[in-house]
Amino acid sequence: MSVVDGKEPSVKELRIIGFLCNWCSYGGADTAGVSRFSQPTDLRIIRVPCSGRVTPLFVVKALMSGADGVLVSGCHPRDCHYSEGNLYARRRLEVLKRFLPTLGIEPERFEYIWVSASEGERWQTSVTAFTERIHALGPSPAVKVNRYDARLVAGGL
Amino acid sequence: MRIGVFVCHCGTNIAGTVDCAAVAAAAQQFPEVVLAVDTPYACSEPGQRAIIEAIEQKGLNGVVVASCTPRMHEATFRRTVERAGLNRYMFEMANIREHVSWVGRDKKLNTFKATDLVRIAVEKLRYNRPLTAKSFAVNKRVLVIGAGVAGIQAALDCADGGLETIVVERTSTVGGKMAKLDKTFPTVDCSVCVLGPKMVDLAQHRKIKLYAMSEIADLSGYVGNFEVSIRRKATYVDWNKCTGCGLCADKCPSRKAPDHFNELVGRTTAISIPFPQAIPKKASIDASSCLHFLKDRCGVCAKVCPVEAIDFEQQDEVVKESVGAVVVATGFDLLDIRRFGQYGGGRFPDVVTSLQYERMLSASGPTGGHLKCPSDGREPKSVVFISCVGSRDRSMDRAICSGFCCMYTAKQAILTKSHVPDCETHVFYMDIRAPGKGYDEFIRRAQEEYRTNYVRGRVSSVYPKNGRLAVRGADTLLGTQTEVMADLVVLAVGAGAAEGSRDLAEKLRISYDAYGFFMESHPKLKPVETNTAGVFLAGACQGPKDIPASVAMGSAAAGKVMALFSKERLESDPQVAQVNAVRCVGCLKCLRTCPFGAIQEVQARDGSTKAQVIESVCQGCGVCTVTCTDRAIELQHFTDNQLLAEVNYLCRSWMEKSPA
Amino acid sequence: MSAALAYYPGCSQTASAREYDLSTRACCQTLGVELNDVPDWTCCGSTPAHATDHALAAALAARNLAQAMDTGASNLATPCPSCLLALRTAQSRCENEGFKGRVEVLLGRPATLSIRTRSILQVLMEDLGLEALAEKAVRPLKGLRVASYYGCLMTRPVGLMAFEDPDNPTAMDRLFLALGAEAAPFALKTECCGAALGVPRKEAVLELSGRILAAAEESGANVLAVACPLCQMNLDLRREQIEGYTGQRSTLPVLYFTQLLGLALGLPEEALGLGLHNVGTRPVLDILRRTWASEDVG
Repeated sequence: MSVVDGKEPSVKELRIIGFLCNWCSYGGADTAGVSRFSQPTDLRIIRVPCSGRVTPLFVVKALMSGADGVLVSGCHPRDCHYSEGNLYARRRLEVLKRFLPTLGIEPERFEYIWVSASEGERWQTSVTAFTERIHALGPSPAVKVNRYDARLVAGGL
Repeated sequence: MRIGVFVCHCGTNIAGTVDCAAVAAAAQQFPEVVLAVDTPYACSEPGQRAIIEAIEQKGLNGVVVASCTPRMHEATFRRTVERAGLNRYMFEMANIREHVSWVGRDKKLNTFKATDLVRIAVEKLRYNRPLTAKSFAVNKRVLVIGAGVAGIQAALDCADGGLETIVVERTSTVGGKMAKLDKTFPTVDCSVCVLGPKMVDLAQHRKIKLYAMSEIADLSGYVGNFEVSIRRKATYVDWNKCTGCGLCADKCPSRKAPDHFNELVGRTTAISIPFPQAIPKKASIDASSCLHFLKDRCGVCAKVCPVEAIDFEQQDEVVKESVGAVVVATGFDLLDIRRFGQYGGGRFPDVVTSLQYERMLSASGPTGGHLKCPSDGREPKSVVFISCVGSRDRSMDRAICSGFCCMYTAKQAILTKSHVPDCETHVFYMDIRAPGKGYDEFIRRAQEEYRTNYVRGRVSSVYPKNGRLAVRGADTLLGTQTEVMADLVVLAVGAGAAEGSRDLAEKLRISYDAYGFFMESHPKLKPVETNTAGVFLAGACQGPKDIPASVAMGSAAAGKVMALFSKERLESDPQVAQVNAVRCVGCLKCLRTCPFGAIQEVQARDGSTKAQVIESVCQGCGVCTVTCTDRAIELQHFTDNQLLAEVNYLCRSWMEKSPA
Repeated sequence: MSAALAYYPGCSQTASAREYDLSTRACCQTLGVELNDVPDWTCCGSTPAHATDHALAAALAARNLAQAMDTGASNLATPCPSCLLALRTAQSRCENEGFKGRVEVLLGRPATLSIRTRSILQVLMEDLGLEALAEKAVRPLKGLRVASYYGCLMTRPVGLMAFEDPDNPTAMDRLFLALGAEAAPFALKTECCGAALGVPRKEAVLELSGRILAAAEESGANVLAVACPLCQMNLDLRREQIEGYTGQRSTLPVLYFTQLLGLALGLPEEALGLGLHNVGTRPVLDILRRTWASEDVG
């Protein structure tokens, strides 16, 4: 239930979590904001120093605990603030993507992209496209399966 | 924990589309939150005072501010909580402006989202721990890369400020592009006469060490303690002996070497000194044109050199220097003229770049300052200038304006008239951009006093006709096509990033934009800083700029370096990785993964192998944390627990809200 | 040359540019390039159609492509750059699903247009190559100084045609050099000849084509080579009109590049339609005959 005057929000949002690197993509999302590029509101952004900081298990954890979609965004390859963190991210996340079906998770619910601090427009189109994609998939079935599985929800990784 | 939440209205920037009072009311119910209020401007003086008072009166030991992006004010609020006696890392920000109020249209949804973002900030803060910065000594020497006018200015200001300054220049002389110019706008004073004394100062300053014909091979370390490897390229002349007498160049039989200083207008000798005012005034051999290297004979220079400075066996040499800060002033390069086939670039010898034209006008240039067509040496009676060649041209993905072409084109039109008074001058332009001091007046002079024919329109083609060049284009003011006959066509070719700048950016770990120009830390408030602490920018490497702007930026960068060096010790960012030695099994995967070499192998007291973080080298990316299979290495302030607290709340809230 | 090529002649090649079609077929036969006419081909839509309705224009072109694909061909060639542009425009527009749907309604059949479309010039250059062409040339074009005129459409729009430097194409120049001729430094390679403006605004064509002729004369060429039927018509058939307009007389023959290639391949002049021109082609033949007599070929 929403916190605002006790009513549900007017549009049914889905739960999308974004992990954004501080230097490029978080800045890109800021640039989109400064430019007033309107976007769907579903996404909640978690700031990380580098896409290389995103443990693939964060993504799995989120999707298995009921997130409808997870988006990871970092600096473009060869343009990482930490010189090669995003290259590690690319390798890890690509493997994760291929592994998701094994866990019974639709791989379309996860995406990783590259957005630089100046690419506000690219951020807007990426968020909009990903949100639309998740809405097309609908709410995650993981919730029904896992809702009462206290171990998965409360337990650590 | 006692957490205080401050929800900023930012005037109407946030409050216009987010119900800030409702967000604060909701936050009041969050775990461990003892105070949640909304405030008109959290960053203002009264806003910050309210936070300090709340910390003192309510005994807060953690603060969340929901306002703009942390990239804007995180540092501000960290200082605020520190003034109230809290550790600066017991603070979190929720970005409800750039990520909420400015991008979402529905106030209800925005309020909902803002509340969530405040909540995850609270969840993370509950796991925050006070962190303390360590301090380290600063090496008060500065490295300046590139010795054009911006680099020269930065180096002289640093050296005058008492700093030991290392200057690395890629070519055999300092001076950069400005040394190639004939005159400068809007004063039409001799470029090298203005610059020359500064070049001499640079060479003679006792605090400055100059490496010409040298490049940056590698840079490691961090602010205050960089280690730089400089590759000194072989010149085949011992510069310790060379007196710059020029006898070798006079006698050199190979006169077909490309003359880079003269922008390939004309040829030079295989051993040469680029121009009379060159600093250092030393000869160097172009091995690709030298008969000794090509055919293993000649050696005339070695015979005539009075001081026996010629050394055909010389090799590249790498020297190391330690510095505490770096000023990058590598300038720009013009785009390749051959990309502009429609204007005859690279096809017709009488189509030249603006910089080639500067050399043709210059008294120290290949024609001795006599204007001559490169094709047959005749004096031109009509010169056409085409502006915006490769600038503001979306068809080649270059939307940028080079900024200085309008001005130098007007200057060259004026100079053309002073060289050949009866020569016609025509300028094809799109718009005239002359916003500097005395600039628009200068354009007027070119048009009125020097009778330059300004045609507003683009040129469609340049083609040979009756032994001259026909320039066809549109005259958009008259609404017609127009064709002008020219003896010489000068292209105001757009400025691009200097050759090799992307490689350099990777060595320095700074970013560059779509055109290859280096990115400043903030477009307005941090124009000379980069995102790598201790690396500063000066001049056209950040984007095309004219001489006054380059000089100003050189001085600005020097000022930044001196401010940095005004402290004896610097504080390191404590947001670094830390090894839990109990969990570490010594696999050293982290050591192999770390992009900065910030992890070393150590022996524990029981003789087992452990990883250890070198805190002053760690940059805090967290790549190691993900690599570690035993959760033994954690990035402080971004630990698994902190990030999972955010994930867990978001998923849990969803499940609670979703219908059964 | 391996697989057979679907051949789309285009309307001009059945009328005003019959010699282009004749010489193309003759050259391809000699070179072992098998041309299979697109069955029941119709107009590509050309200029009037796309000026009226994009979907209708695309449907006309798409119909021909679909007919070609029905024969199993995966490659199509046409001598006319304007036809090629119409075909490529249809292919490119039909990549948009919505547009493709409209075309399919008009056609009453699927409009999947995956066939590779190229000009005859491109096919000869890419599939055979200069060396192979030179090898098959039994009679050198020595003595000819050729100004190669590509017209506006051979290289443009740049993204769609993707053929050579849009401002300075060199395919024909390189071809004639390989065949023993000289390539004249001709400045107006890709200038417009005035195209179909000959109907509504004739003087525009006379002005533009006049410039092209003058530049070709200035380059010292003794023959002007073209690859577009409309260019050829403006420069050849309108010669007297141009002369009347500019006051400059010119006897410069305007030949299709395939006609010159055919001569080098040893084909008889009748097979190449050299008698079908307004401006006499005799001077070209005279030069070549002298060359061949002195070198004892042909």
